[in-house]
Amino acid sequence: MQIFTCPFCGPRDESEFHFGGEAGNTRPDGAGVPAERWAQYLYMRANPKGATREVWVHLTCGEFFVMERDSVGHKVAASQALGGAEKSE
Amino acid sequence: MSAERLSTGGSAIDRARPLSFSFDGRKVDAFAGDTIAAALLANDVAIVGRSFKYHRPRGVWGSGVEEPNALVDIAGRGPNTRATTEAARQGLVAVSVNASPDAARDRSAFLDRFARFIPAAFYYKTFMWPDWHRFEPRIRAMAGLGKVDPTWTAPEAADQINHHCDVLVVGAGPAGLAAARLAAHEGKSVLLVDEQMVPGGSLRHRDGEIDGKSTAQWITESLSAVTGAGQLFLPATTAFGIYDHNLVALNQRHQDGRPDTLWRVRPRRIILATGALERPLPFADNDLPGIMAADAALVYLRCYAVRVGRRIVIATNNDSAYEVAEALIEAGAAVTLIDMRQDGLPSAPKGVTVLRGRMIASAQGKSSVESVTLDDGTRLTVDSVLVSGGWTPTLHLFCQARSKLAWSEKRAAFLPGDPVEGIAVAGAANGAVSLSEVFTDAVRATQSPSPAPASTGREASGGVVPAWPIAGAKGRIWIDYQSDVTAKDVELAARENFVSVEHLKRYTTLGMATDQGKTSNLLGLALLAGISGRSIAETGTTTYRPPFTPVPLTSFAGPRSGELMAPVRRLPLENTHRAQGAVFQEYGGWLRPAFYGGTDAEAAIQDEARRARQSAALFDGSTLGKIEVIGPQAAAFVDFIYYNTMSTLKPGRCRYGFMLSENGVVFDDGILVRLDEHRFIVSCSTSHVGAVHVRLEEWRQDRFGRDAVYIHNATSEMATLTVSGPASKQLLATLDLGLSLADADLPHMAIGEGRFAGDLLRVARVSFTGDRSYELSIRADRAEILWRSLQEAGKAFDAVTLGLEALMILRAEKGYIVISKDTDGTTMPQDLGVDGPRTKRQTDYVGRRSLFTEVAQAPNRLQLVGLAVPDGEPPLAPGAHGILQDGLKLRSQGFVTSSYLSPVLGRPIALALIERGAARHGETIDMQHLGQKRHATITAPCVFDPSGARFNA
Repeated sequence: MQIFTCPFCGPRDESEFHFGGEAGNTRPDGAGVPAERWAQYLYMRANPKGATREVWVHLTCGEFFVMERDSVGHKVAASQALGGAEKSE
Repeated sequence: MSAERLSTGGSAIDRARPLSFSFDGRKVDAFAGDTIAAALLANDVAIVGRSFKYHRPRGVWGSGVEEPNALVDIAGRGPNTRATTEAARQGLVAVSVNASPDAARDRSAFLDRFARFIPAAFYYKTFMWPDWHRFEPRIRAMAGLGKVDPTWTAPEAADQINHHCDVLVVGAGPAGLAAARLAAHEGKSVLLVDEQMVPGGSLRHRDGEIDGKSTAQWITESLSAVTGAGQLFLPATTAFGIYDHNLVALNQRHQDGRPDTLWRVRPRRIILATGALERPLPFADNDLPGIMAADAALVYLRCYAVRVGRRIVIATNNDSAYEVAEALIEAGAAVTLIDMRQDGLPSAPKGVTVLRGRMIASAQGKSSVESVTLDDGTRLTVDSVLVSGGWTPTLHLFCQARSKLAWSEKRAAFLPGDPVEGIAVAGAANGAVSLSEVFTDAVRATQSPSPAPASTGREASGGVVPAWPIAGAKGRIWIDYQSDVTAKDVELAARENFVSVEHLKRYTTLGMATDQGKTSNLLGLALLAGISGRSIAETGTTTYRPPFTPVPLTSFAGPRSGELMAPVRRLPLENTHRAQGAVFQEYGGWLRPAFYGGTDAEAAIQDEARRARQSAALFDGSTLGKIEVIGPQAAAFVDFIYYNTMSTLKPGRCRYGFMLSENGVVFDDGILVRLDEHRFIVSCSTSHVGAVHVRLEEWRQDRFGRDAVYIHNATSEMATLTVSGPASKQLLATLDLGLSLADADLPHMAIGEGRFAGDLLRVARVSFTGDRSYELSIRADRAEILWRSLQEAGKAFDAVTLGLEALMILRAEKGYIVISKDTDGTTMPQDLGVDGPRTKRQTDYVGRRSLFTEVAQAPNRLQLVGLAVPDGEPPLAPGAHGILQDGLKLRSQGFVTSSYLSPVLGRPIALALIERGAARHGETIDMQHLGQKRHATITAPCVFDPSGARFNA
């Protein structure tokens, strides 16, 4: 079991968190978005080996945030609230 | 063997408390403090089990968790318990493994005579034709270890404890005790664990002097220093796994019959003082009972006063066996010491014959060892052989933490390689030999400036020489006792090109089974290295994985079994419903009334559904989601979340709508209530409340911002009681609800606020039955009074209480869907006949773009329809397929999603998803279910009151 840091609640066990997706997957708005772009948004993921930026949700407080971690060594580098206002170790 | 209990000595046993237990039906006398293995040796039991494959007789090898042979099944404790770590208890019943009728007289012992015909992989190669599975059951019955008792159930749930500390010290031997003592002295919170029942490790049986004190004195003093500082020591507790971010899992065994306790420990720093394990020596028939680890013999002598033999040969390649020889001579045994080394030997203990530069070539004996032959042909008569093939540091946990080992030629062992953050290895586990080395190392591991305790003991002068098996040696040299692997099996594997250690392990089973090769791995890979011309470092080790020792599944399960495996949610009025005769079932995680009264479920459900249409029906709908959306951008928010435009809804009104996933699939349906300009209530499906809440939060935080919208899940705060039916308005009029029920004030799809018995009451005129309906929401703890008042008032109207099954019939008559029952992972809103927003809405919403893909606009999509069957036929089976002849093949053109007998219509009704169904009303199609063919006619989904007149009737 890993330790993740919620920017609001501090370090907690991973069982309190859910994975929310890769960070930076911006939603293209509108009915006229090209099919390729929409498919990219829906399905295509980089799944990087090594440093990743991911959206997670801390279920106990309900806050979504961005977590930087290593997908190989599982080391957590940093967490930050959506919008990047708050930063914590 | 001629092992016996001496009349004096034994630091671990209490001679004032004798006890007895049973082994293979034989009474075994013991003392409190004995392990089962110690007691068996004290009673001169040579054969304690039979080997995995060849049913060879096997005796006790070791004195701890490394034990490969002495496994016993203990009633109420589980299979394959190591006799060397399990305490002897009065009345305990132990049975040897893989033996029938018992270990001493095993019927399958003849198998060993055919051993040369059944080497590694024999079964896989031989029983390929016609089918391995034909032979498998019999072969499995002949091989294996202990038996699982399938009738056993856990007497109680195992405890699971989460624990945090500054320092976790694994192992309470000299290094562990010294480290824990220092850490505690410096004010750190310390957890010290040891898998033995008493602390001390090697100090319990090895000589030494520490700070001028005896080892026993120093153990007591150190432990009191740790516990006296308020820190925790857990005996009989094995650290069996290190997981991500240095989470350490412990399994704590209890002596009082309780299930083992699982500890999840989050230490800031881990000190592994896990010691080292003694290796066997390779010679022919080195597995005979009576051949054991030299260090174990010393444990049995000093802790349990058991002398394992009278005429003893000790074979060694290092200094540690000399103390054993000395102790056994003093205990009255005749000892010959055979040392592989020529030079640098310690001085021979008085009375011990030392043969230098020699080794054992083979052992002889029938049921236990009787003689050994040396490499120069000398034959010695013995009743016990003790071996020391060097020491393997116990680094399983260190390797589980993903670190690598480094081969040390000097120590003939793998030592810790790259350091791991937060983990230090100390003492014998780090390759230290003498006590002073061990203590210096322990102080280094704690990062303390304090000096190490002054000590003498275990000074090693001679070092260690390699004692690895050599290819082509004569006889059967056993590498892995527990998995029955010989040197010849390793040679065979190498010959067939299984030269990776991981392949070797899987081909020969070397290092498998319950001991995971604690004593055998290094010998096996050293032999493979020799055969394949590589160094031991190049050959490497197999991957270390948790658990270090077997852990009962009950520890992992903890309290999460039975009802607590997936706890159901319960209604505030559950007891009231039970008193009314409700029969409960689980629906979407909630325990809800399926129907009321009667043993004939079908009749009761039909009766409830019929009467609901006649007068009035009462129903507990408390599980419906009630998620409040509040804030200046609440209207824009619900517009984006819902497929339907919601911002045009007037305050005080309700609207039905869909939520889509981004891939356009209908995720949830339900009523949205607008209380005022900036306040909505999302009434989502029972089973989706949690998921909808998370989805709302995600979009709120990602797109709208914290100050624009606020979301509050009030589902469990409010109970919702529904009154439906033509008489519902009159029924409610008899109660004082504090609001006008006039249709002008409270029309269909409107919400009003009143008060009931002083509490806020929300009355919503929304209907899931198709009849005039009122949903009354009140704080959950006050729902019972309202429910009783409704029941009382209902008597005058012959009101019926509805279970969920009858409600399902009513809604199906109206063609109302239940999400993920009448829809699946492909259903889009246009498939349900709601195409307006898709074609008309200009603003963006979740899932919008996906409704315009090629697939979304395909002509053959499955669409929601009703199905009617010919007169007199029973209902269609849910899941029955609509079928179509497509060339020579039959194919499905959709399936039944809901099917009931409608009492009000007097015929079966069904909902289905059928290809192009919306345009095919009136068409008769073929249906098939489990090979049976029927016909059905496609209709509109709604087959009762299509005009909706009854909403206002």
